Amino acid sequence: MLWVDKYRPRTLDQIMVHQDVAQNLKKLVTEQDCPHLLFYGPSGSGKKTLIMAIICQMFGPSAEKVKVENRTWKVEAGSRNIDLELTTLSSTNHVELNPSDAGFQDRYIVQEIIKEMAKNRPIDTKGKKGFKVLVLNEVDKLSREAQHSLRRTMEKYSTYCRLILCCNSSSKVTEAIRSRCLNVRIKAPTEEQIVKVLEFIGKKEGLQIPSGFAARIAEKSNRSLRRAILSFETCRVQQYPFTSNQSIPPMDWEEYISEIASDIMKEQSPKRLYQVRLKLYELLVNCIPPEIILKRLLYELLKKLDIELKHEVCHWAAYYEHRMRLGQKAIFHLEAFVAKFMSIYKAFLIATFG
Amino acid sequence: MAPVLQTSQPWVEKYRPKQVKDVAHQEEVVRVLTNTLETTNCPHMLFYGPPGTGKTTTALAIAHELFGPELYKSRVLELNASDDRGINVVRTKIKDFAAIAVGSAQHKGGYPCPPYKIIILDEADSMTEDAQNALRRTMETYSKVTRFFFICNYISRIIEPLASRCAKFRFKPLSDEIMSNRILHICNEEGLNLDEQALSTLSSISQGDLRRAITYLQSAARLFGSSISSEDLIGVSGVIPQEVVEALFSACKGGNFDLANKEVNNIIAEGYPVAQMLSQLFEMIVEADDVSDEQKARICKKLAEADKCLVDGADEYLQLLDVTSNTMRALCNMPQEFSYD
Repeated sequence: MLWVDKYRPRTLDQIMVHQDVAQNLKKLVTEQDCPHLLFYGPSGSGKKTLIMAIICQMFGPSAEKVKVENRTWKVEAGSRNIDLELTTLSSTNHVELNPSDAGFQDRYIVQEIIKEMAKNRPIDTKGKKGFKVLVLNEVDKLSREAQHSLRRTMEKYSTYCRLILCCNSSSKVTEAIRSRCLNVRIKAPTEEQIVKVLEFIGKKEGLQIPSGFAARIAEKSNRSLRRAILSFETCRVQQYPFTSNQSIPPMDWEEYISEIASDIMKEQSPKRLYQVRLKLYELLVNCIPPEIILKRLLYELLKKLDIELKHEVCHWAAYYEHRMRLGQKAIFHLEAFVAKFMSIYKAFLIATFG
Repeated sequence: MAPVLQTSQPWVEKYRPKQVKDVAHQEEVVRVLTNTLETTNCPHMLFYGPPGTGKTTTALAIAHELFGPELYKSRVLELNASDDRGINVVRTKIKDFAAIAVGSAQHKGGYPCPPYKIIILDEADSMTEDAQNALRRTMETYSKVTRFFFICNYISRIIEPLASRCAKFRFKPLSDEIMSNRILHICNEEGLNLDEQALSTLSSISQGDLRRAITYLQSAARLFGSSISSEDLIGVSGVIPQEVVEALFSACKGGNFDLANKEVNNIIAEGYPVAQMLSQLFEMIVEADDVSDEQKARICKKLAEADKCLVDGADEYLQLLDVTSNTMRALCNMPQEFSYD
């Protein structure tokens, strides 16, 4: 088992990073007056962990026995039938799903499947009123229509169904949904907090950590706890006992992008552009999301550029990322950004050095 | 075993005024409507104003006071944006309801029960123009037995022919004082402790929207228990603390790109919603004294573009960075246009 999973806190009491949030949530759950919840924050900040801990708190250990189901739903949409494939993760009291997986058909998932799930009351042996929990991931990727359909469902079935929504950026969730939920902001852990967690894991594993080593991992992790723990484990596999100047291996795709960055700084020509395209394809084929590639490329370029150019380059990065979102094929826009950068840089070089 | 769930009513519903005279801060409307209650005569009405000022509340209250619980179901039709309101509904459902004849005035159980029905169209500005056009004739034909109440945020989205058939009432945003009164009333009822500072924070973050204020109050009460501080309220509302916005703004003034970039990174890591950031930055810039009008205009132009991009789903970090860099260029009088466009 990976350390990330092994040391994932199971209950609200075990949580180390967001203790204040966890305590408040605990109060909320024990008071039995739980509203719909919306968690938002950057990735690797612990949203999922918190959600699972809450569910455990609500339903006890039975919530940990989950089964993965891959079902095909037949949905009637107007005159035709659509088959929707959806993977759900469910226990007796909660169902977790990722509605945006259905792409542009997400509206049907919300209108049919979620409604169906919300409608069915959980059966309780004692005949009491119970409720169940639906966890929806990545709600920010839902289309507008799907979000509008969701708001009716949220109100109508709120007596026996609670929704827990999880997303990265709450600006992409409509105001109507946000105002119906209790919004919980989960911030990325600070570097000190990451160090504390790493030291905790080290102690449990019986490892000797040289001073400053954990801090270096934390610094490289971009404030993502998951990434810090993963690279901590990588280091452990690579070389143990740790030495204080041991290098922390960067992600291979990051290295690859930094290569691209230095490539386009060196030479600006159609030939080089062609070579870069192959490399970008390589990254896309390996499932690195295009916006991450663009962001990382910008990061690498900003490190090397002169101050006058930075403004311009970051403007174009934002411009092409926006277009990428509207368009279909990411590679066009990535390449356009590279070409734009080349032309800017070349013009800059000619202007300065003649 | 599934835990037991107490049915909890949102406070917004719980404390919704039941009578027209309880509606706060809208004297004009209240005066006209109390008159209506006495004479049982009323024109078509159009209520408009920002959210949370009591438009729906007023419409529902007058309908209840006119007809009482018994007749309410048969005399009032309520449609809002979540119901289908295409042109077909206007042609069938609304027209059918409007066409029903009703008996003459009789006093039933102390309610005036005037001889007409009321159709309340909530969020009327989201109706299509075609649907609104289809309503014109219906309104006139059945004006003997039916009154229409339109409720909307933006009167400009109601077509002129409809607007001219109605008596218009503007609902103004609630003043801080009246808002505080209502909030204090709720606090008393619910047994909450709210200090002076928290109270003023609440009225400032809700910006005259009473519904939003009450929702924040309830969320905070659920999370933090009966004594609520102003930090708790800010945390619940999703408003970004003023220091963070100021830090970004002063980083822009400083003119150092790398420092500003770091600030942007920090904001993203803290998980603040960028759309909120943009609107707070906008407020700060508009009010700033040491920024010239031209600079303001440049910054606002970029803010608008970034906002549109965010709606399209663009990446938050890149957009905020772009805004920051543009703001910096405007504030430090760097060349605005790129030389190699």
